[in-house]
Amino acid sequence: MRLFSRTLLALSVLSLVACLILAGCPKPAAPPATAPPASPVAPTAAAPTGQPFVIGAIFSVTGPGAPLGEPEKATAQMVEQKVNSEGGINGRPLKIIIEDDATEESKAVLAAKKLIEQDKVLAIIGPTMSGTTLACVKDCTTTGTPMVSCAASAKITNPIAERKWILSSAQTDVLAVQRLLDYLKAKKISNVAIICDSNAFGQSGAEQLKKQLPAAGIKIVDEEQFLTKDTSMVAQLTKIKAKKPGATICWGTNPGPAVVAKNAKSLGLTMPMFMSHGIANKKFIELAGPAAEGVIFPAGALLVVGELDPSNPQKAVLAKYAADYQAFANAPANTFGGHAYDALQILIAALKVAGDDRAKLCAELEKTKNHVGVGGTFNLSPSDHSGLTKDAFALVTIKDGAWKMVK
Amino acid sequence: MLFSEILQYLLTGLTVGCVYALVALGFTIIYNATGIINFAQGEFVMLGGLLLSTFFVVAHLPLVLALLIAVLIVAAIGLLMERLTIRPLRNAPLVTLVIVTVGVSVILRGVAKLIWGADAFSVPAFSGESSLFIAGAAVQMQYLWVVGLAALVVVSVRLFFDRTLIGKAMQACAINPEAARLAGISVERMVQLSFALSAGLSALAGAVISPLTFAAYDSGTILGLKGFSGAIIGGLGNGLGAIFGGILVGLLENLGVGLAPQGAAGYQDAFAFVILLLVLFLRPSGLLGKRTTEGV
Repeated sequence: MRLFSRTLLALSVLSLVACLILAGCPKPAAPPATAPPASPVAPTAAAPTGQPFVIGAIFSVTGPGAPLGEPEKATAQMVEQKVNSEGGINGRPLKIIIEDDATEESKAVLAAKKLIEQDKVLAIIGPTMSGTTLACVKDCTTTGTPMVSCAASAKITNPIAERKWILSSAQTDVLAVQRLLDYLKAKKISNVAIICDSNAFGQSGAEQLKKQLPAAGIKIVDEEQFLTKDTSMVAQLTKIKAKKPGATICWGTNPGPAVVAKNAKSLGLTMPMFMSHGIANKKFIELAGPAAEGVIFPAGALLVVGELDPSNPQKAVLAKYAADYQAFANAPANTFGGHAYDALQILIAALKVAGDDRAKLCAELEKTKNHVGVGGTFNLSPSDHSGLTKDAFALVTIKDGAWKMVK
Repeated sequence: MLFSEILQYLLTGLTVGCVYALVALGFTIIYNATGIINFAQGEFVMLGGLLLSTFFVVAHLPLVLALLIAVLIVAAIGLLMERLTIRPLRNAPLVTLVIVTVGVSVILRGVAKLIWGADAFSVPAFSGESSLFIAGAAVQMQYLWVVGLAALVVVSVRLFFDRTLIGKAMQACAINPEAARLAGISVERMVQLSFALSAGLSALAGAVISPLTFAAYDSGTILGLKGFSGAIIGGLGNGLGAIFGGILVGLLENLGVGLAPQGAAGYQDAFAFVILLLVLFLRPSGLLGKRTTEGV
């Protein structure tokens, strides 16, 4: 009897494991992080030698920010491999130490401290999210470590006097709101309701909306908030529905905005729905399904690279990044991985000139001019640590489950 | 404030509350059988949603079959959890066991992330994405599924405990394990059963709400917490109280968001937890709980 129950137990464990593995199998695109494929490019230059350039990277590989952090991590691994297979930086290898902050501010700070004090990195790429980035600002500033964030909040590079060491490769929400504002004005929409995520990204967006919209004569008739993991936004949307605004603007990162889109549809809201570049990934379309149709949002041109004018200098960069990423990670490239790509390209260019000196490196970063990247054309300066203009954004809508440029 | 708005808050609160109620019921069943508060309860909810998305959306199984498989797998996981973590430590103090359940929740989340990755998954609504309008308030069809299944489960669980021999045996173990043992009831078996039942219930809750909220490896934590609040508010150990408490949490949350003045938005979670604190201060045994003394 005893033996029997043991066998039964072992069997049930086995079958359970089998079930779980089976359940996992159909998942498309395994996380690229686990096993990067062998280099698709044969080494074309002499293998780099000597002391490596050590760069730290902090990404939200797990937690709510993971859909952004995972492609960033894969991009960093891809760039590291590519640079080293092409002879390194000035003949020296590039080493990127990647830390996962689990989308938590406290872990991001610990990762930054570890990278700076223990690994003695020259610079840090990331973190992924606005909140985690802002949490690391202090440590990077006091130790004089250049940080190129992949997050979008305007607060990351402002006020510039307190952000000597902090740069950003993501299009800021200031520019996103500017781009959206142009469209609202063109469509003569005079009053809107806003519903924003309570995380740093959503709140920074809300701040910009509240600053820029009234200044342009657009009235905000209702202002709502939700938590990233909330299960229902019906109550907030019911309030918005009662105010009858000309449009609703939702600022947040997945999966919140997808719930908003679905709930808005179920409530029968018919006014135009605008969102942020936080939903610039396929996951949003997959989650929101039919409710995603017609949503308009500002996003990097990567989403609509096929529709770009061939004369656009960004087109070739975007196409190359998209192809390289697909080959490396076996998944489609997205804007967020693009932020890590831009941050690394700018940093590598500066490393070539500055070498191992952090202060010199920061000065070189500020000299970046006309760098055509995935996120736009960067023109950095000591007074502008983000370096993009609102032209970095295209206005995109979702039609039949695919992105279309709004012209 | 329009009538239709209030109605909307109430209806949404009721449906969200039904989910919390199922989770709260799961807490209660395990608590009654073992005295443990199982903090892996939210993970059962998460697994229910993710497994349904896999079997229904990816494997294209019929809905009922997919639902059944998802619930059964999670029930099996509950069974295993008891067998592998709780039973070997059955002589340990309760606090140790509760901490073990926290450990199990972390493991389950980690395994789910390995299998499904970090992304959220959506499941199509069981009977279309359309909404029903009642006096200007919208009710998604899926809400009807949530409320209907919750009601069905509550009635079945009630019948199970009151009318079947096993159910009565489980109740006996909850009331007095020693006496139950003397009467020839295998307490171990009943504890095991309670874990399976509780896990299955939570999985069902996770499965029916997955079309409304999406399932992701980390979506169980907050649902578990809300269900826990419901169980405490209703009076820990009281099945009816758990259902009542869960629905109350859902209603308060939605009314809180709806009726709060401009600028107080974003604090809906606080409403539920403030009520939880108030109940703990003013009536520690819960709204429907009896004042009991610690058993010897």
